[in-house]
Amino acid sequence: MAGTNLWTLLASRLAQGVLVVLAVVTVVFVVSRVVGDPIQYLASDESTPEEIEALQDLFGLNDPIYEQYGNFLWDLARLEMGRSFLTGRSAVDEVKMRAGKTLQLGFAALVFSLLLGVPLGVIAALRRGTPADWFSRLLAVLGQATPNFFLGLLMIFFFSVQLGWLPTGGAGGIKHLIMPTIVLGMLTSAAVMRLTRSAMIDVMGTDFIRTARAKGLRERTIIWRHALRHALLPVATILGIQMGRLIAGSVIVETVFAWPGVGRLTISAINGSDYPVVQLAIMVIASTIVLANIAVDLSYRLIDPRIRAGT
Amino acid sequence: MARQESVALEFVSERRRRGIRWRRVALLTPAAIIFGVFLIAGIFAPLLTPYDPEEIVLLDRLIPPSWEGEGSLDHILGTDHLGRDILARIFYGARVSLIVVATTIPASAAIGTIVGLLAGWRLGMWDKVLMRLVDIQLALPAILFAILIAAVFGASLRNVIIIIIVWTWSGYARLARGDVLSLREQEFVVAAQAMGASDRRILFRHLTPNLLNTIVILATLEVAGVILIEAALSFLGVGVATGTPSWGAMISEGRNFMKLAWWLIWMPGIAIFLVSLTGNLMGDWLRDTLDPRLRNVR
Repeated sequence: MAGTNLWTLLASRLAQGVLVVLAVVTVVFVVSRVVGDPIQYLASDESTPEEIEALQDLFGLNDPIYEQYGNFLWDLARLEMGRSFLTGRSAVDEVKMRAGKTLQLGFAALVFSLLLGVPLGVIAALRRGTPADWFSRLLAVLGQATPNFFLGLLMIFFFSVQLGWLPTGGAGGIKHLIMPTIVLGMLTSAAVMRLTRSAMIDVMGTDFIRTARAKGLRERTIIWRHALRHALLPVATILGIQMGRLIAGSVIVETVFAWPGVGRLTISAINGSDYPVVQLAIMVIASTIVLANIAVDLSYRLIDPRIRAGT
Repeated sequence: MARQESVALEFVSERRRRGIRWRRVALLTPAAIIFGVFLIAGIFAPLLTPYDPEEIVLLDRLIPPSWEGEGSLDHILGTDHLGRDILARIFYGARVSLIVVATTIPASAAIGTIVGLLAGWRLGMWDKVLMRLVDIQLALPAILFAILIAAVFGASLRNVIIIIIVWTWSGYARLARGDVLSLREQEFVVAAQAMGASDRRILFRHLTPNLLNTIVILATLEVAGVILIEAALSFLGVGVATGTPSWGAMISEGRNFMKLAWWLIWMPGIAIFLVSLTGNLMGDWLRDTLDPRLRNVR
């Protein structure tokens, strides 16, 4: 039945997801180990050849590349990623410390974009052609055209440097979260708004809304309960794609606002050839994107009974 | 009553429709002009400015734009912290953006279309393998991959182009595959097959012309996106090589002088904003004109 179908689907999607993540990490492994040279960061200028040799042995950098890859897969399976070349702490701890911060920022941005985009989209659709519609669409168009790093710098300049209202960067209380959330959520808000608007316009013209009206339901119930539920289906699908954008955006936003998240960690790890951290961080990010897409896909099927597994 | 109006949304009077069309023209003309200026600036950059965008003149540091008190007409938009002419860097920056657009969009459109054609036509293993490639691309944190590539191979325009192609081809692939899946059931394709046309003939003579519309629309919509990606990469320091005038790099270099010399980040910021705004407006217009059902592609 539908229930078993869903579980089989989930299992097969998860299995495919594992393969995808594996492929992503393999690409990273090949690119970083084939050309990069971590030893120049590990050893000091005065290191003797013997010391360098010992270091290479310690980190397994002397083994043939396929052996390093084999070890790497085995470590991956046990989640034993080794220690950071730079700090000596375990890579898992390094990423764990930062992952919470990135999730916090990403979640805040997602909520922000839904809270802003959905109501604006609904209002724009219901008042099509009025100043409210024009204003919302203008906001969306401007939001899509402004580079997020530029907006971030301008906000820092006005709200932190000139007015002194908000901190320029770093993590801390709610105040630290405000500007990064707005900058990161801006693009997604624009996409959510545009899609909600066009979906609402489509739904409001359908027969079942006419029926609801004929039944004498209150307009508020019709719009927010009946119409919006349908209009949100396409919005749910793009959220999967938006996850990837949010993560790409978070790397930039974390850089601009000195937010201590996975994005910034990965950048510094890449620049320092810190392979264990790079591989783990990219694996975590890739898994998040894969899982988010699976979740969106499944929830879509759950919300909409017309779509059943296998299509 | 306003409430009932939405029921009759599909009914738009001739007069109102004409009004909408005029508003559109009123919006598109300036957009096309601004975008045209950007094209001309990029193509004819060396003819439009006497300055070398990379020449450092330390004596002329941080001259404000001409309309400010200490500004001069020698440097209309002022100079940066190394005495380089901002206007010249904006012009040459347009050229960098243009090069990126002109190389990445045709390449990723071609790669994506071929992948989509093969997956949608051959189905079976081909489809499975190729669509997994698309999944891999989507799960690959592209921006981190870009930084990794820059760290390993160095920052350069060529690497930026490669990264952006890797980043954007999958959108075309998914679009083309979807179209092929519905086209393959149509009579002209079945007829071509029945007449013994080879796979290659069907793919390139029969299917491809039918895909072109959608692909061109997506490509137009991607112009602004690609310009923003290049700017973001250069802002992060993993884009073009240092010194090369890219708008994103200009903002990155100017950020430390935000308080002292606002024009350092505002000029390139406005340039990126205007180009991506006008690019989006024209892309939207092209899509609405050629194929409104694509409204949700991006």
